[in-house]
Amino acid sequence: MDSRFGQKKLPYILLLPSIIVSILFLYYPAIKSFILSLYKTAFFGMKKIFVGGENFIELFTSPDYLNSIIISLIFSAGVVVIGLAISLFIAVLVNQDVKGVRIYRIGLIWPYALSPAVAGTIWLFLFNPTAGLVNYITESLWGISPDWISNGKLALLMVIGAAIWKNLGYNIVFYLAALQNIPREVLEAADVDGASDIYKFFKITFFFLQPTTLFLIITNLIYAFFDTFGVIDILTKGGPVNATTTLIYKLFIDAFQNYKSGLAAAQSIILFIMVMGLTIAQFKWTDNKIQYGA
Amino acid sequence: MIEVIKLYKYRVKKKFKIIIIHCILSFMVLLIAFPLIFALIKSTQTISEVFSYPPRLSFGSAGLNNYKTAWFDFNLGQFMFNSSLIALIITVGKIILSIMAGFAFVFFDFRCKRFLFLFILVTLMLPIPVRIVPLFDLMKQLKWGDTFYALTIPFLASATGTFLFRQHFMSFPTSIVDAAKVDGAGPIRFLIQILLPMSMNTIGALAVIEVVYVWNQYLWPLIIISSNNKNVIQVGLNSLIGTGDQGTNWGMVMAGAIIALLPPLIIFIILQEQLMRGFSLSNDK
Repeated sequence: MDSRFGQKKLPYILLLPSIIVSILFLYYPAIKSFILSLYKTAFFGMKKIFVGGENFIELFTSPDYLNSIIISLIFSAGVVVIGLAISLFIAVLVNQDVKGVRIYRIGLIWPYALSPAVAGTIWLFLFNPTAGLVNYITESLWGISPDWISNGKLALLMVIGAAIWKNLGYNIVFYLAALQNIPREVLEAADVDGASDIYKFFKITFFFLQPTTLFLIITNLIYAFFDTFGVIDILTKGGPVNATTTLIYKLFIDAFQNYKSGLAAAQSIILFIMVMGLTIAQFKWTDNKIQYGA
Repeated sequence: MIEVIKLYKYRVKKKFKIIIIHCILSFMVLLIAFPLIFALIKSTQTISEVFSYPPRLSFGSAGLNNYKTAWFDFNLGQFMFNSSLIALIITVGKIILSIMAGFAFVFFDFRCKRFLFLFILVTLMLPIPVRIVPLFDLMKQLKWGDTFYALTIPFLASATGTFLFRQHFMSFPTSIVDAAKVDGAGPIRFLIQILLPMSMNTIGALAVIEVVYVWNQYLWPLIIISSNNKNVIQVGLNSLIGTGDQGTNWGMVMAGAIIALLPPLIIFIILQEQLMRGFSLSNDK
């Protein structure tokens, strides 16, 4: 007996809502982005002139845009490297057989619920020069009171910190799930052989965590590139002097403050190429898992 | 005898190790929660207490006043209502649409199946920034600018959800379809009476993912909503900060941040088991 249902029309009816929404609000605007990227808009969007690849040439010769690429690279490298190192460290610690592990676990993964805006708001206050706590600590320890908002490098550091904090929960959730899937026999066998904890971690645990690490590198890159707008908008608004203007923030400024829709669409296409590369890498290298984002 | 001593040493070592692990764990929990604890303490302080030096790290005398001010005078109540409504509509919508799509892909044979699955999957590569300018223009053309339509309808399809339910449904033995057919159950009855009750973990996992995702949206509502009373909580929170200097009532801002965090946090804590199970479910093939 065929173990599927025989109805011919029903599957299409079931898929119809998803497909209509996808075409109207995902494919159509994305294709429109591509077309728009080949045009320049003038007179407040009243007139469109076909310019071919000129928008792209303008972007890659503009110091501002090149700067935002570099800022994005530093920002995402910080979020990935520091964020994953901390998450892995914590996940390995929590994955022990001690009492109350469930309580600890909630205490460590709750930042999953944090939003970029809430994380940004709390950090803005923490780093406030007069009422915040960070400067009080630096003041009493080293007698310095850095200005986190107007020093470009410090501002970038602060934004990276907030972005890492917000994503800790997500990363720990995945590392914990991966740790629980390591076959117990392997670790017990190592115990019997008298392997040290450090040996066990680097030779066994780390080996089993490689696919998850790769998966998390990719999803954290996507997070750093696409989902950190709120953190930056609330903490620094891209400043001081573009020191925290990442690609997504630059896109927002060009699209909705400078009203250069052609130039903004070209930036959308560049972002699309990046997200496409990352998504394909994710499917190719990480066992067909999917990003739990949207 | 030597064996016994070895075992004893091993046990002492293990006990010592457990104590150290507890210490490190508690420290980590505190470290991660620290910004939030700080925010919670400051949310109970008056302006002068917030600005006292050295910083006061105990609960202040404002009590719940900052929360009341934020909720009533700065419209946070309205923003919370708006965000809840939008999160509810999108989450329920996405779950229903994903179940329908996942069901179609697993339990039916039809033409263009592979193509249609890829068609939905590729939307993963089309996050808002990739289509933001044309989508904004489209909303204006549909006269959806500054409405909840713009915040909900474009988000109802879910590649993640479709994928998640497809994986879940594929884990069932094919014989249950045969059993349903023998019983004379049609596909819809099979879906509602047999599949859905066995899918609660997946539904729970998707619900957490989507509630947190929708609740925390910032960029799209920021550009598409212009009336203050239609704002979502994330963007509305920003309006509490104002200039960000001495004139800012930080206690109230922290109260607002905590209010904004609570709903997704509560849902996450309630459903985190489902989320973890949903994740490890997708790990094993």
